[in-house]
Amino acid sequence: MPLDQVVFWVFAPISVGSAIAMLLQRNAVHAALFLVVNFFTIAVFYLVLGASFLFAVQIIVYAGAIMVLFLFVIMLLGVDREESLVERLRGQRVIGITLGVGIALELIVAIRAGIGFATKAPANFDQVANEGGNAEALSRVLFRDYFFPFEVTSILLIVAAIAVVVLASRQRRSVTKAQAASEADEAAV
Amino acid sequence: MRTPISYFVVVSAMLFAIGTIGVLVRKNALVIFMSVELQLNAVNLALVSFSRMHNNLNGQVLAFFSMVVAAAEVVVGLAIIVTVYRRRQSASVDDATVLRG
Repeated sequence: MPLDQVVFWVFAPISVGSAIAMLLQRNAVHAALFLVVNFFTIAVFYLVLGASFLFAVQIIVYAGAIMVLFLFVIMLLGVDREESLVERLRGQRVIGITLGVGIALELIVAIRAGIGFATKAPANFDQVANEGGNAEALSRVLFRDYFFPFEVTSILLIVAAIAVVVLASRQRRSVTKAQAASEADEAAV
Repeated sequence: MRTPISYFVVVSAMLFAIGTIGVLVRKNALVIFMSVELQLNAVNLALVSFSRMHNNLNGQVLAFFSMVVAAAEVVVGLAIIVTVYRRRQSASVDDATVLRG
């Protein structure tokens, strides 16, 4: 059995299993930790698929930064209590799971119709697309063909940073009368 | 590489479906948000698989951009959840009923 097949069959069950485990955890911290496991398995898939730069980025950005942010907010809010299982909408859980399974089946049928289950990837990926190493080849594509979108993402990040500062700052910048009244009502209650 | 490319895409489809179920079923806003992250990652995996299949790097660049957008989205989303939590003392989406008709 070739090595990449061994890696796939070891990590695919871990990937799907950790995603399902994340779904079943009632505690938000445990769900976050299972999501970290899932991100690591996806990083391994990237490595098998010849995307070694994205492998590193996945671990640093997703499993590192984003999940630390999630855990930080969970701890900050203290919402690591278990959530209630009472359904506000009757039948929401059953319908949700049915629709989810339906979308999985639909996607698998679409994959079968689109690319077929037996299509192998071309063998010369490392010579043609990844010429000179994945990071170098990726930067060549990124800074030639996709240079303008790349610059636009920097604007996006600045906008996001400013938005967070505005959203998360505690002091009121301009309290309107309606807001003040509603807050007074809340205080009275 | 001997593994058929569709295996990776099928795993990605399953992860996407699990993320969808998470968004539809769970109540905690943070867990819903984590499920959205799972969906984004599933789509990234599909992009990288197709990039491998078509023998060029455009899919990987798109996955890279989607990671950048996801990072920005996580930061803004968590700030919104923190703000809602401050007002309502709850992160459950069932408690956000102000706009209910």
